[in-house]
Amino acid sequence: MSRIEGYGRIDRSRHVTVTVDGAAYTGHPGDSLASVLLAHDARPANTGVKLGRPRGIGASWTEDPTGLVQVEEPFPEPMLLATTVEATDGLVARGVNGQGRLSEVPDLARYDRLHTHCDVLVIGAGPAGLVAARTAARRGDDVVLVDDRPTAGGTLTGTETIDGRPSLDVVDEIVAELTTSPNVTHLQRTTAFGHYDDGFVLALERRTSHTDDGGLARRSRQRVHRIRAARIVVAAGAIERPIVLEDNDRPGIMLAASARDFLHRYGVLAGREVVVFTSDDAAYAAAVDLHDAGASVQVLDARATAPTLWSRRCADRGIAVTANTHVHGTRGEDRITAALVGPERREVACDLLLTSGGWNPTAHLFSHVGGRLAYDPSLGAFRPAAPRPGVEVIGAADGTFGLADILRQAGGVGAPPANEEPRDPTAVLWRTDGDPTRQFVDIQRDATVADIARAVGAGMTSVEHVKRYTTIGTAHDQGKTSGVIASGITAELLGRPVEDLGTTTFRPPYTPVAFAALAGRERGDLFDPVRTTPIHDRHVAAGAEFEDVGQWKRARHYPHPGENMTDAVLRECAAVRTSVGIMDASTLGKIDVRGPDAAVLLDRLYTNMMSSLKVGRVRYGVMCGNDGMVFDDGTVLRLADDRFLVTTTTGNAAAVLDWMEEWLQTEWPELRVRLTSVTEQWSIFAVAGPRSRDVVGAVFADLDVSNEAFGFMTWHDTALDGVPVRLARISFSGELAFEVSVSAWYAPAVWARLLEAGRDHGITPYGTETMHVLRAEKGYPIIGQDTDGTVSPHDLGMAWAVSKKKPDFVGRRSFGRPQNQDPLRKQLVSLLPTDAATKLPEGSQIVRFADDGRLPAPPVPMLGHVTSSYHSAALDRPFALALVKGGRERIGEVVGVPVAGELVPALIGETVLVDPEGARRDG
Amino acid sequence: MQLIACPWCGPREEIEFSYGGQAAVAYPADPASLSDEQWARFVFFRDNPKGPFAERWVHSAGCRRWFGAVRDTRTYEFLSVGPLSATTARTSVLPEATP
Amino acid sequence: MADTSMLVRHPLETRRTLLAELSAELDGVALELEAPLAAVDLRLDPAGPGPAAVAEVAGGPLPPQPDTWTGLAAGQALRLGPDEWLLTSAAARPEDWEFGLDEAAAPFGGAAVDVSAQRTTVRVRGASARPLLASGCAIDLRPASFPRGRCAQTLLGQAGVLLVALADDDLQLFVRPSFAGYVVDWLVDAAQEFRRPS
Repeated sequence: MSRIEGYGRIDRSRHVTVTVDGAAYTGHPGDSLASVLLAHDARPANTGVKLGRPRGIGASWTEDPTGLVQVEEPFPEPMLLATTVEATDGLVARGVNGQGRLSEVPDLARYDRLHTHCDVLVIGAGPAGLVAARTAARRGDDVVLVDDRPTAGGTLTGTETIDGRPSLDVVDEIVAELTTSPNVTHLQRTTAFGHYDDGFVLALERRTSHTDDGGLARRSRQRVHRIRAARIVVAAGAIERPIVLEDNDRPGIMLAASARDFLHRYGVLAGREVVVFTSDDAAYAAAVDLHDAGASVQVLDARATAPTLWSRRCADRGIAVTANTHVHGTRGEDRITAALVGPERREVACDLLLTSGGWNPTAHLFSHVGGRLAYDPSLGAFRPAAPRPGVEVIGAADGTFGLADILRQAGGVGAPPANEEPRDPTAVLWRTDGDPTRQFVDIQRDATVADIARAVGAGMTSVEHVKRYTTIGTAHDQGKTSGVIASGITAELLGRPVEDLGTTTFRPPYTPVAFAALAGRERGDLFDPVRTTPIHDRHVAAGAEFEDVGQWKRARHYPHPGENMTDAVLRECAAVRTSVGIMDASTLGKIDVRGPDAAVLLDRLYTNMMSSLKVGRVRYGVMCGNDGMVFDDGTVLRLADDRFLVTTTTGNAAAVLDWMEEWLQTEWPELRVRLTSVTEQWSIFAVAGPRSRDVVGAVFADLDVSNEAFGFMTWHDTALDGVPVRLARISFSGELAFEVSVSAWYAPAVWARLLEAGRDHGITPYGTETMHVLRAEKGYPIIGQDTDGTVSPHDLGMAWAVSKKKPDFVGRRSFGRPQNQDPLRKQLVSLLPTDAATKLPEGSQIVRFADDGRLPAPPVPMLGHVTSSYHSAALDRPFALALVKGGRERIGEVVGVPVAGELVPALIGETVLVDPEGARRDG
Repeated sequence: MQLIACPWCGPREEIEFSYGGQAAVAYPADPASLSDEQWARFVFFRDNPKGPFAERWVHSAGCRRWFGAVRDTRTYEFLSVGPLSATTARTSVLPEATP
Repeated sequence: MADTSMLVRHPLETRRTLLAELSAELDGVALELEAPLAAVDLRLDPAGPGPAAVAEVAGGPLPPQPDTWTGLAAGQALRLGPDEWLLTSAAARPEDWEFGLDEAAAPFGGAAVDVSAQRTTVRVRGASARPLLASGCAIDLRPASFPRGRCAQTLLGQAGVLLVALADDDLQLFVRPSFAGYVVDWLVDAAQEFRRPS
């Protein structure tokens, strides 16, 4: 056991048991998985991703490049750092060989988001962040303080003195003040992982990782905070920089400050025989503290002379300090056994090698928004250069390392004082001499100095290119330890100064974020809004199968017990063609168009003339874009001289209103027209079939529904129990049909009354699939199914809907382009498979038919494709609609459709297959 | 998530807005008089400058009003936003006001 | 036998009990369906005498500021845009509300269109009402930024809503009926956070 009495902030009165690689370990609340393992002198059984070499735990927090585990319980998660997994009772994990495994069971936990607006966001609750947050809070600002570790204090160990008191007492005091401030939100276990434009920061809060219930009960497991701050203070600290040396990937090699963190945070001594190899002062604190906790320690300083004050402290303790000395390599198998010291590679026995090459300011959150970083040769690191409006970087993140300086920078004159510690300059040392094929720059990617040399040898001179060639900095730590070193070594190999080379751009996320957290509530039933009509529950009760049309759930068909979709649709079609059916068409888009210039606007937007439409009448209309291609279609009712009701396709309701508003607001603001969406104001039911007149006449007894009084393409208003109702003779099936419109408030009642009135006629609710078949039998295209944005009204055979009288309308000029006159344009036709049996798959290609029934040799000449295909009850056979090159000229021709490897012959015909004279629609 | 200042509703997240392309592209007074090439230019061609660009936007999820904006295409920064003038609309949409 | 009576019910009537039961188990949040209201979408030039003329019929002044609402005799006037308001009435029949306001607006080039069934209303009350909404709404909901009297058309989750501040702890959500099921499901899911510890 390497647990040291008197150290650490764990709760030793309680125990937790974790299982790693099948072995059980006890730890305490407050432990990380890594600290539990180190306390037992263990490590996860993990190996490097490419070379399979054993890997241990190399740091104490998110910068650890090696200590990856797969967590199995409480919930499977791949590739977590043992250093960031809090030890909870029952946790099960195992080492990974560089790759994790996604969960095979559904994640039942909740994930959510929270939008927060504040005056100041402080990132990091170390000494700088705490003081900055307190200063802002006392000023009365709304403050949000986030910090990624379980407790505040940053890298303070408790050995420091602030304001004459132990540093952690001061931390507790500030945290207590912030907790009681109503204008402060203080979140630990919350990682600011991305910083975006306009003061926007995303932060991931781990809300249940430290509790035992896994958070399945109430709380979301993780929460993405979407924070919008007027001012952002980045106080994210700094990350220690390793020194690259031969075989620097062995278990038992660690960053110096991390060993100190393990001791003071968890009471764990990471090794008994310790070699500290440093080019910076801070590692001496680790040497002294580990010595005081019982380790045997010696310090090798790469600098020409060791720092005076620290040398004295070491001498007082009998810690040997040797200056001007390099470690060139290591020995060991599953764990380091010796450091190879000096040019002669003298073996110095050890079970822990600590390295420290100085500190890299954690300026990621500054860099995310385009903040420029510049190389500071005194740090051997990149730090924020030019300021950015609204963003401040303070403390170690800004390259300020002395505690007294940090506090002053964060709190100004009101900051608590700390002792001034002299600091000798850091010596910049990226690597020592050794075999470059075993000098690991990015340990998690198994990428070495030799890989960088290969990249440079291949002609790469930019660190961005080297990064992509070597994959350095692309794994979970995103270059936290390897980024600057890669720049430094690349510069060295190129013989150029590192400041010229720069560093790779930091991009979000700062640490890995689970997709589940990013998805938040938007999964399962809430993945996308589901829109339902006012009588949705009636469809459900009637056993409807639904289909998605945009976000709408529309009843597709209503299968009886034992029926499949084909059976149900044939039955529904037959009912409409022989008696009466009823369909919920409430999803159609509806726009109220008001004003003296309403007709002018519609004349400009529809291909046909709308100003000539008489009040009381209905006209089918087509809209095109400027390119002359069909954009939408629908019916237009003239309600008054200055008022129309326009319907659109279900999927295009919003787009058509937007389109009309765009022209009105931006091009023709002089037109006196008001557009109002009434899509959900009015429910529409289509009552179709030879008996529809009987049904509608029975429900609306006040209305004369005879063909003479209520002709095709006219509308009439009536009332039902005092509630206004509008009826229109509109048919999308070719049958006698009425559309009944009523305020959605009364939709359930009106639907019920129509069903009741139709009972004796066997009124049959029909769905969208039946509607598709019925309209296809009549050759009516569906915009978006039979068209794809490259189809003109003429291609659809709808020249009749294109006005020749209007001087202009949107799309008209494009009809005159030579491309639109091409006789080989694809045109809508019908296709009848000659075997009268094969239902041609929608989307099938159409080729010239070869007599031997085989596909011609490639390149196969394509003539077009099938857009709609169904079984027809009326024709008692399958049929299809298709877009075919020069299709109308080919009517009567047999073409081939490849189906399952065979060429199925199909006859091209006119689009209208049922009742071409149109006699049925008048009943 | 960028903020865009709707001249009417104030700053809102960009997801509430839709892009309307280059401003000041007027619908031709007499399309019939244009050559095919001139017409194709109007329908299909737009400027693509590096730097400030006068654009049209609409606050789709809010007030549904169109407005003009000058945006720097290098930084995405909105340099100014303002209402489309009632008389100039697409034809000269450079807004003057910055909120 | 389906009900054929022309009764007006909230589109989410079947969820009313569920919301009441859930609200009883929540700390500081109560979700409730509001009775359907007559409503028109009024389009009118804000300058000139139009708004004053309409105000007489509406039963109160139209809000002069963007994204604000004012009380009417039996409803609310919510400003949706430079020349657009939503006027509600708990007293009038929809067709009468439309007719009267349209008649008042027409001489000034305005128009009123009945949209009573175009939106439905959910009330969110309690000290945690704003934190609940802030889990899906990006606008600044701090009471100082969105005080009583403010309204905003924005997004809650992925649905468009008209959000109305009645008080610091009392908000209304106007939502399209087709989206109402989604919005309520969303609110119910988000509200689990606020369950009282059992």
